Amino acid sequence: MPRKTYRQAINEALDSEMARDENVIVMGEDVAGGAGGSGEDDAYGGVLGVTKGLVGKYGRTRVIDTPITESAIMGAAAGAASTGLRPVAELMFVDFVGVCFDQIFNQAAKFRYMFGGKARTPLVIRSMIGAGMSAAAQHSQALHPIFTHIPGLKVVMPSNAYDAKGLLIQAIRDDDPVIFLEHKALYDTQAEVPDEPYTIPFGEAEFVTEGDDVTVVAFSAMVPRAKAVADELDKDGIEVELIDPRTTSPLDEEAILESVERTGRLVIVDESSPRCGMAADIAALVASKGFAHLKAPVAMVTPPHTPVPFAPNLEAAYLPSTDRIAAAVRATLGEAVPAE
Amino acid sequence: MQLDRPTLIEAYRRMRLIRDFEDNVQAQFEQGRIPGFVHLYAGQEASAVGVCLHLSDEDYIGSTHRGHGHCIAKGCDVTGMMKEIFGREGGLCRGKGGSMHIADLDKGMLGANAIVGGNPPLVVGAALTLKTKGLPHVAVSFTGDGGSNQGTTFEAMNLAVVLGLPAIFVFENNGYGEGTGVDYAVGADSIAGRAAGFGMPATTVDGRDFFAVFEAAREAIERARTGGGPSAIEVTCMRQHGHFIGDAQAYRSKEELERVRADDPLRLFRERVTSEGRLEPADLDAVDRECAEAIAAAIDAAEAAPVPAEDELLTDVYVSY
Ligand SMILES: Cc1ncc(C[n+]2csc(CCOP(=O)(O)OP(=O)(O)O)c2C)c(N)n1
Repeated sequence: MPRKTYRQAINEALDSEMARDENVIVMGEDVAGGAGGSGEDDAYGGVLGVTKGLVGKYGRTRVIDTPITESAIMGAAAGAASTGLRPVAELMFVDFVGVCFDQIFNQAAKFRYMFGGKARTPLVIRSMIGAGMSAAAQHSQALHPIFTHIPGLKVVMPSNAYDAKGLLIQAIRDDDPVIFLEHKALYDTQAEVPDEPYTIPFGEAEFVTEGDDVTVVAFSAMVPRAKAVADELDKDGIEVELIDPRTTSPLDEEAILESVERTGRLVIVDESSPRCGMAADIAALVASKGFAHLKAPVAMVTPPHTPVPFAPNLEAAYLPSTDRIAAAVRATLGEAVPAE
Repeated sequence: MQLDRPTLIEAYRRMRLIRDFEDNVQAQFEQGRIPGFVHLYAGQEASAVGVCLHLSDEDYIGSTHRGHGHCIAKGCDVTGMMKEIFGREGGLCRGKGGSMHIADLDKGMLGANAIVGGNPPLVVGAALTLKTKGLPHVAVSFTGDGGSNQGTTFEAMNLAVVLGLPAIFVFENNGYGEGTGVDYAVGADSIAGRAAGFGMPATTVDGRDFFAVFEAAREAIERARTGGGPSAIEVTCMRQHGHFIGDAQAYRSKEELERVRADDPLRLFRERVTSEGRLEPADLDAVDRECAEAIAAAIDAAEAAPVPAEDELLTDVYVSY
């Protein structure tokens, strides 16, 4: 199977869905780029080149560069979705959601419920999360718990290229608003990705490694990090079961509970803030529904409760490190852990 | 208005300092010494300086992701700025903000802002403070043509008019928001015209011409200081570089990029003041040397500064963390 980058996989998903269904449109700031300039037409393809080439195939009526007006972009996409199109709207960095919150969570997320189940809002909002580029506090957040908190939104967080393609096609074919969160540190990672379209259902976790000693649940860019730790611990005879839920809403509770029932130990690795975050959510799930199986306190590996710093050394200290993840796993096994 | 010699020299000094700062930041970035995203202001110097020369430390400005020029024009220390951009201790934000978030409240610089449309409402708030406290100062928002389309900007303009605040909205129209052209992205005939629709005086000036900006700003700021309320100034200008360092600028034609160089506001200033006999080339050369030295010293200091201590990660989340 051909190896492709996460970026390419997302581009292919958009391309194949636009080819399959003429109601699928892509809109956002510089999703093509070059509109109204004196030079090239498809100059950007999104700031990180994810949508490159689509405007050449589908034209500017289906690949729409917008002004910098996120409220209008998200609202227009939601309005178009509820009237017959299937928009994929790009919110360039997830941090910009502040200026368009209302349209996403008071409007799009609630149409179906508020209107007695009659409305359909087949909207996908693609956005970029995460730290690691020294982009500082206004361009580096992992805000998935905020979306997960809102009933009516489906939230998808692919951790690799294969999942990115299958989950995005699924998202575009879904009749509900889906928040599709791409991690900026993953765009150049590669995996085997089929050329043909395929879908991955929402709410089905992936067992990245299987093991009976400790369950590790990780999200997005923390999955490859946790995988590296699992591989390392395997050499010491510690068998980690690494679970990537892939979607936080719906969440594959069963996979997590079933695994913890076997291992009796749980470590959660996530890049969102610790308070009211993903790790707290999974910990509460297991504490309330799987407490009897726990042999050790649940460990949560997250950033500290601070905004994301700019200086590279501080940013590195902010993100959960492989050392911290390994130490958390060892701690749940009752091993003495050297002080940090 | 005829400007005296010290004012002319100061205007040139600030513009030159911005240009040298940007040229050197670009070189350092390309050598891998500066992390993150950097957006250069070169080419737009006459706008920041033409406005900020009228302001004191008691007046406020709010800036954008392209904030270095506004910071320098407002009097921020270039060494503190350089350390910040390098992510070092002693930076104006102690290495926590970086290029897109430089602020210096003692200088009335309320912060570069990496959210497009983030600063106009904040500047309206600063103007509200000034009016409420009865202070004779003003607050200036610098926003791009792209940011002029943001809902927050519209709401801020309307609120400033409704409350009669000493706020000035400066729209630096450099033709692009990232890779999208202004003629495509701004539906109105002009940004100034649209601002006028909110009920305030608004003009358009040629941002290559320091004197034009200076004069328009003088009028708007005087009006705001004397209770005349907000106004808007659209400054047409060109950014000499890409949206960020590393941007290939494929959306701009070769001819356009050549024109950008030819329309350099610093060169136009120099030609004008020397041809009119208001300054000697030697005066300006002396400024050039002084600025080059200041920036070289700033880079040396930034390179020598330590990175922030790791426990800085947890400080300043709250006032008493
Ligand atoms: C709310 C928000 N949307 C989008 C962006 C991404 N972005 C950063 S700068 C920029 C273009 C801004 O253009 P303009 O206001 O004209 O300023 P210029 O870059 O030309 O100085 C965009 C879209 C952002 N930082 N914030």
